Amino acid sequence: MAQMYQWLASIAQSFGAIYFVALFALIVAYALWPKNRAKFDRAAHVPLDRE
Amino acid sequence: MASKALRGLTSAEVGAATTAALLFFVCLIVAGMTDHSGYAFHMVIFTLASGWAFFTVINRGFDPESAPPPRTIDGKPNYNMGPIKVATIAAMGWGIAGFLVGLVIALQLAFPALNFDLPWTNFGRLRPLHTSAVIFAFGGNVLIATSLYVVQRTCRARLAGELAPWFVVLGYNLFIVIAGTGYLLGITQGKEYAEPEWYADLFLTTVWVTYLLVFLGTIWRRDEPHIYVANWFFIGFIVTIAVLHLGNNAAIPVSILSPKSYIIWSGIQDAMFQWWYGHNAVGFFLTAGFLGIMYYFIPKRAERPVYSYRLSIIHFWSLIFMYIWAGPHHLHYTALPDWAQTLGMTFSIMLWMPSWGGMINGLMTLSGAWDRLRTDPVLRMMVVSVAFYGMATFEGPLMSIKAVNALSHYTDWTIGHVHSGALGWVGYISFGAIYCLVPWLWKKERLYSDRLVEWHFWISTIGIVLYISAMWVSGIMQGLMWRAYTNLGFLEYSFVETVEAMHPYYVIRALGGLLFLCGALIMAYNLWRTIVDPAVRSVAVARQSVPMAAE
Repeated sequence: MAQMYQWLASIAQSFGAIYFVALFALIVAYALWPKNRAKFDRAAHVPLDRE
Repeated sequence: MASKALRGLTSAEVGAATTAALLFFVCLIVAGMTDHSGYAFHMVIFTLASGWAFFTVINRGFDPESAPPPRTIDGKPNYNMGPIKVATIAAMGWGIAGFLVGLVIALQLAFPALNFDLPWTNFGRLRPLHTSAVIFAFGGNVLIATSLYVVQRTCRARLAGELAPWFVVLGYNLFIVIAGTGYLLGITQGKEYAEPEWYADLFLTTVWVTYLLVFLGTIWRRDEPHIYVANWFFIGFIVTIAVLHLGNNAAIPVSILSPKSYIIWSGIQDAMFQWWYGHNAVGFFLTAGFLGIMYYFIPKRAERPVYSYRLSIIHFWSLIFMYIWAGPHHLHYTALPDWAQTLGMTFSIMLWMPSWGGMINGLMTLSGAWDRLRTDPVLRMMVVSVAFYGMATFEGPLMSIKAVNALSHYTDWTIGHVHSGALGWVGYISFGAIYCLVPWLWKKERLYSDRLVEWHFWISTIGIVLYISAMWVSGIMQGLMWRAYTNLGFLEYSFVETVEAMHPYYVIRALGGLLFLCGALIMAYNLWRTIVDPAVRSVAVARQSVPMAAE
């Protein structure tokens, strides 16, 4: 049990943390990427366009 | 033309009818064999419901009118609004029931004689009835109705499945009946917001998985390449609630003939699982789901696109990444390891950023249309709800700080905080969405009366202000009295003295609840007249009369 805990904790504290931070950074980059602006502007109008 | 009148059963209908028939016999046998009267009552309800479902599905199979409708008519999506109408009406009905029970228990706290010394009307049983009725019955039906509406509209596709959406709506409401009557009969696993016992949980699991499949199936057949942000929030809500529900209800029943079960987690793990569940019920049920409503209904009503679509993407993902860690703040100064408490506190404070980002995004959607707040009470209701969201998500992180929590925890301050979020944010965004939905679903030109919406808005707002300010004063007073020492080092007040001091605030709180209930009754009347009053023209009639007026 203690070994299992050690193993899970070491994964969470190394790979897990890096993975989550990197994934989040990628998402922010995707949201702010200048090339995506037109796509998001179009998407914002989805509820307002034709029925 | 008998051959024309008959159509074969679809495979979905065969599967549904077989399952219903099996469930019918299993529940009937269990109802007959168990020696627990409340459990037998529930099994009878399940037997009747599955019997009804069996005959309805088979009957439908022989009705030529019920052949699977086309997905599109004249190139336009043939939306499936039937189940959504039922969920909308159910939401209004459960809302009134839940607010009423809330008023009753508020009065019980002020005047304990109202417990009537009966087990079924005891505060301990009515309190979970109130919380579940408002969160899961009212809020849940609002979420099901709005999510299934929004996903169809923004994907320009008909709902996936024909029986499945009905199973989601009717099954969910059957679960509510089982859960609610169970509390009154004393059937509970004693976990806050997760009180239903194993068999109700199992049934809810099938309903919820179907809900997820219907939602994803509709997105799968979408005609619009981009998945609109509101749908992301709804998916986040549905998936996370499924995971939370399974994690916190991992229980082993004593026997199939008993409603009682034991959770497999023990001690502090159980407490941590409970509050991981509990806080994410707030984060994903009462926040992410209702943010999905905000991101569709506010732009739609204001007739403007959301202020920043990019901010909405960052809002979604930061909320998802952070909320899941905030649960430990419910266990400050307990046996939970200190690092876990600090982790919960840290993530709760960080959550302030995405929450306010979302609030700004919702409010700024109105930039250039602020005058609408004066003329459109429905839009005003939704904007005020976003303001309450901002207030509640500022207060929450504050209360998660250990030093503040030492004063606030176990006091009425928590109740005040919850209600500023529940009545202000969840209540008002739901009311606004329902006021929009009813004319859209019943194809009416307008609501029966905007003046009644005004009345609803102001009566409820006064109710909320009375409620939350009474609880703030009462809670902080209670916390300060608990920690007051005399100069000899003794506690200055006995517990019962704090209870006595809170009495006036309990009366004010009940008055606030009464006003909120009155507002909801006005709303129900307004909606009913909108649907049935011939003076409210249908959209088709209104369209026809436009050229005539021009002539």
